[in-house]
Amino acid sequence: MEYILIIISAVFVNNIVLTRFLGICPFLGVSTRFSTACGMGGGVIFVMTLATLVTYLVNVYVLAPLGIGFMQTVTYILVIAALVQMVEIIMKKVSPPLYQALGVYLPLITTNCTILGVAILVIQNKFNLMESIVFAIANALGFTLALIIFAGIREQLEFSDIPEALRGAPIALITAGLLSLAFMGFAGIVK
Amino acid sequence: MNQWQNFTKGFIRQNPVLVLLLGFCPTIGVSTSVVNGLGMGLAATFVLVMSNIVISIVKDFIPDQVRIPSYIVVIAAFVTMVELLMAGFAPALHAQLGIFLPLIVVNCIILGRAEAFASKNTVFSSIIDGLGMGLGFTLTLAVVGMIREGLGNGSLLGFKLFPGDGALVFILAPGGFLVIGYLIAVVNMIIKRQEK
Repeated sequence: MEYILIIISAVFVNNIVLTRFLGICPFLGVSTRFSTACGMGGGVIFVMTLATLVTYLVNVYVLAPLGIGFMQTVTYILVIAALVQMVEIIMKKVSPPLYQALGVYLPLITTNCTILGVAILVIQNKFNLMESIVFAIANALGFTLALIIFAGIREQLEFSDIPEALRGAPIALITAGLLSLAFMGFAGIVK
Repeated sequence: MNQWQNFTKGFIRQNPVLVLLLGFCPTIGVSTSVVNGLGMGLAATFVLVMSNIVISIVKDFIPDQVRIPSYIVVIAAFVTMVELLMAGFAPALHAQLGIFLPLIVVNCIILGRAEAFASKNTVFSSIIDGLGMGLGFTLTLAVVGMIREGLGNGSLLGFKLFPGDGALVFILAPGGFLVIGYLIAVVNMIIKRQEK
């Protein structure tokens, strides 16, 4: 039951992009086509789950016993960068088709603030290992959901007549604002 | 380009948020009031100037293949410093900024300037570039904060401008997206008009 609450909360109520404002750069950058949105979403689900697992273990078994919690930011970003690099190498070797599909998105994911953000949120919320993993998967799903809905809208937007000054980023941000307004309808479902 | 132009380019012409379209997450996340916006902007400016200095000094010793990880480590070190200093001297602001403080590490403005400017220029012009870009970012955050605080709470820097509560939606998530969207449109118009 607790896990279901975490999932609903992370995907709909506290959606990481539309409510927590993390990962807006990739949200605006790769949401022009439906297919690239799916690719990026897949990459984020994969990396976020793995990164949260590893950073959680690093925190519990290295940072906490040594009492060097202040090194959290530096350690996490290094772990994430190394992990993404490793995933890229392994994926290239083991599964070329998967690499073809997700490969180009992997370097972008290192500087995606959702990954570092979720790793830090997990520690702040004092989740245990299982809860952390569920939280990571749910947040990645929330990101993917927002990205795919947004890509769908933007593909339609291409055919509409937009005032010159609003073309490009401004209309995308205004659309995201309206989407965020829609997601506010979920507020209050889960505490 | 002289140093004065180098300094002022971050305000409008190459504004990191409104023209280069970098660093949206902290811009929308913490700009709910002017004070938060200024705090975040100054913290990012400090990190930007310091990392620009270090990177422009060590740029000749770092092999090309590992430059991005090295830059990130330099940036992360300064972010940790800012975090600890702010927790010690301004705990209220530290609590307000919350998760966006450690996330300065992955703020694309800072890595972007390291890669695009500090890794190719002298220490002095890198400092000027960092200051200009950082203050441009701070200015943007303050303007967005002013609009959101004014419309959403009816106040400015904590003082009431008009009675009542204002439209809460501007403080909440959607307001951030809308205000920045329209601000970019306005800047686009200004730049277009100047070109004519």
